Amino acid sequence: MHSDRASTKLKVAAGLGLSFMHLPIILIFIYAFTTEDKSYQWPPPGLTLKWFEVTWNRPDVWEALTLSLKVASISTIIALILGTLCAAAVSRSRFFGREAISLLVILPIALPGIVTGISLRSAFNIADIPFSFWTIVLGHATFCIVVVYNNAVARFRRTSGSLIEASMDLGATSFQTFRHVILPNISTALLAGGMLAFALSFDEVIVTTFTAGQQQTLPIWMLEELVRPRQRPVTNVVAMIVVLVTFLPILGAYYLTRGTDTVAGQGK
Amino acid sequence: MNDRALHTDRSGVLTRISDKLWRNPRLTILLLITLPALWLGIVYLGSLFALLVQSFFSIDEFSGLIIYEFTLKTYGELFTPANFDIIVRTVLMASAVTIAAAIVSFPIAYYAARYARGKWKAIFYLGVMLPLWSSYLVKVYSWKLILAKEGILNWLFETLHLSWLLEAYLSLPIVGGNSLSVSSTGTFLVFLYVWLPFMILPIQAALERVPPSMMEASGDLGATPQQSFRHVLLPLALPGVIAGSIFTFSLTLGDYIIPQIVGSSRRFIGQAVYAYQGTAGNIPLAAAFAVVPIVLMGGYLWVAKRMGAFDAL
Amino acid sequence: MTSAVAFTSVSRHFGSVRAVDNVDINIAEGEFFAMLGPSGSGKTTCLRLIAGFEQPTAGEISIFGQSAQGVPPYKRQVNTVFQDYALFPHLNVLDNVSYGLMIAGISKKERRIAAEEALELVALPGYGGRKPSELSGGQRQRVALARALVNKPKVLLLDEPLGALDLKLREQMQEELKELQRKLGITFVFVTHDQGEALSMADRVAVFNDGKIVQVGKPEDIYYRPEVPFVADFVGSSNVLPPHVTKEVKGIAVTAAVRPEAVRLGEKGLPATVRSTSFIGTSTRVSLDLGGFQMIALLPKGQIIPSAGERTHVSWADEDIHLMEQADE
Repeated sequence: MHSDRASTKLKVAAGLGLSFMHLPIILIFIYAFTTEDKSYQWPPPGLTLKWFEVTWNRPDVWEALTLSLKVASISTIIALILGTLCAAAVSRSRFFGREAISLLVILPIALPGIVTGISLRSAFNIADIPFSFWTIVLGHATFCIVVVYNNAVARFRRTSGSLIEASMDLGATSFQTFRHVILPNISTALLAGGMLAFALSFDEVIVTTFTAGQQQTLPIWMLEELVRPRQRPVTNVVAMIVVLVTFLPILGAYYLTRGTDTVAGQGK
Repeated sequence: MNDRALHTDRSGVLTRISDKLWRNPRLTILLLITLPALWLGIVYLGSLFALLVQSFFSIDEFSGLIIYEFTLKTYGELFTPANFDIIVRTVLMASAVTIAAAIVSFPIAYYAARYARGKWKAIFYLGVMLPLWSSYLVKVYSWKLILAKEGILNWLFETLHLSWLLEAYLSLPIVGGNSLSVSSTGTFLVFLYVWLPFMILPIQAALERVPPSMMEASGDLGATPQQSFRHVLLPLALPGVIAGSIFTFSLTLGDYIIPQIVGSSRRFIGQAVYAYQGTAGNIPLAAAFAVVPIVLMGGYLWVAKRMGAFDAL
Repeated sequence: MTSAVAFTSVSRHFGSVRAVDNVDINIAEGEFFAMLGPSGSGKTTCLRLIAGFEQPTAGEISIFGQSAQGVPPYKRQVNTVFQDYALFPHLNVLDNVSYGLMIAGISKKERRIAAEEALELVALPGYGGRKPSELSGGQRQRVALARALVNKPKVLLLDEPLGALDLKLREQMQEELKELQRKLGITFVFVTHDQGEALSMADRVAVFNDGKIVQVGKPEDIYYRPEVPFVADFVGSSNVLPPHVTKEVKGIAVTAAVRPEAVRLGEKGLPATVRSTSFIGTSTRVSLDLGGFQMIALLPKGQIIPSAGERTHVSWADEDIHLMEQADE
């Protein structure tokens, strides 16, 4: 039948599309084990685990990794606070400038990263702020707010306003209501938003090149290896580790947000 | 327990603050919004403003110092043949990537929205989300591995005895080059790969809102599947395509890393911005270049809004 | 005697909208008081003013003689059953019901006992372990009721609590609520747009229109003796006679009301043309044209039903016409 054949074609096209998206990442995993260290030779002439040990003993990789983790953690905390406050205000009521605020939150990722980067750099330049750990955090937190905000605002909308009124009606002050009603209802959304913000910050390179000065985050370390390959095997291993480190929060965020939608229906 | 109807005697610091907030709902909003508004207003808008201001300065050609005087001279420099070439090249690349991404995305989004159920739905969702969120640099790096002379793609062509085909393709002007990794075809492939998930998700969201009964109704009215697709599904998916194209277009316009790592020596806007602010120290020209994607995106968003793309976000 | 709830010239404006406009109410202790009106008439805003979710723009509200000025909801011994029930989705039924007691600092053991008692009161014993999402609409409504009652409120506010239930369940709950109120003796303030519900349950009814109370009284008074055309029309859709018709019949030029079931068709009375008829179960509804205004007659079973276009006359017993003050305009 005609519609059946169309469906097979569709299946093939969809399957090819998905493979196109995943095969390159799988390739990274294979290259981490290759014995070849001077070129990107395929197929690998042999497989070895020794590059993991080499990478483990590289202080520059450790420094870059530590810096990236620190930046991501602090940016995530700032984004969590600002994003939640913003979501609470925007979903709570209509006020003057509400539309402007919701647009302003999205702008840092809607505009190309290079615009955010060069803007921050010009601002640091004009204000005479020297580059440091904190200039990196400033940039990262700014574009991470939107991730937390998007997650939180969706949940706030589903948490009806009458729940807050019900809590106050039953004797709870604003703070008790926050602690006993609002927080439990938005916590998984915040956790998911925080994880995604962490992954976003951990991986960011475009804005960071403009705000980092001499500091090297892991993505900047990688970028230098990409432009001028010096230690191909170590880069291969680092690339694989980066994939694993970013996948975990994404999987976590997925299960967290998925969980809330189904728990309501399936019960215990 | 207190027998009165109103417990006005209940107190404590938090209760008193809470009372105050209840009496002034506006104060509550103000307290919530102040911090994020200040952050975004000062850090982000302030920076954008700084960028704009810088773009109206110029640079002294002899000393290399910035002249802090209002001028449109820097914007004028954008229209010198070399610089204007960069802008045209970037816009053409962004358009090509956007169109290709829409074509590749459609079957995936359509299958995920219409046919995938249960476990497969989750697999498709994660199958798009994982590449979307996985490291940008690693994705670019993987293509450096793929496109390298000794890499998997050349090996594949050799194994299949098709090297002549690849060589013929590379000898073409514009799309060709010495090897895939230094050709604009290579740049195009990496852009397409890296931004593809940004196109799939909005199309899928738009398609999921098309009830299956609508296709059945179209078939019921005598349309062939091709006609139904052309006259029913495509128009309904269009807002999703436009929403996705905002991402692919904007991201390609502003990227400077991909063409630097995979591609020819011909520069794109992002590279120009990076080079002018860095080694050349010409921050005004870098700023003026950075305003180009903002203006292009502003125009694009305006058109997209009129076509109803934002309903699909 | 002090009122349970007293409004003195209370107004609540939202911008230029006068949601509640200069309202006076006195609700007696232990009374079952209904606020009836179409949507947007200000009845729900009045309820929210009592609960403390809104503050009056002008006027004074007192609860059991104490001024409620500036007293937030959590300091009011007043509890609400919300229209959408507003059960906390992250807590099970028992924790929902004992929420108020938990906030009040009652020990875990005591509040468990109290919550289970409250669940028994609303005929849901043993449901404590379930999540709100596992309950039916009627069960959620009962949990919301138990959650409010367990705090022993001085006034219980009910915001269209039966609106989301189907007809049969609604009638059953009307009985139960009335019974419960009699048993507990708590002042109930009930908001509804369903005149049948208000008339059958309440001791007194306040009819709202456009932010104002147009009539307060016992259900029978509201039904049989409407003071203004709006009440005549909204409560059980009486026929409203214009002043010149009343003058023709009664010799006095005021607006008057005649209930549809009191209208008789026959040889005498005012000439009329039948526009349409429709069978509605217990009776037949006849729509009549009296040259310039319309009337509705409800004819019980067994009467001769005229057909559309037929000419007839309408009349009614003298005690069935109710004269209204020329209040409006």
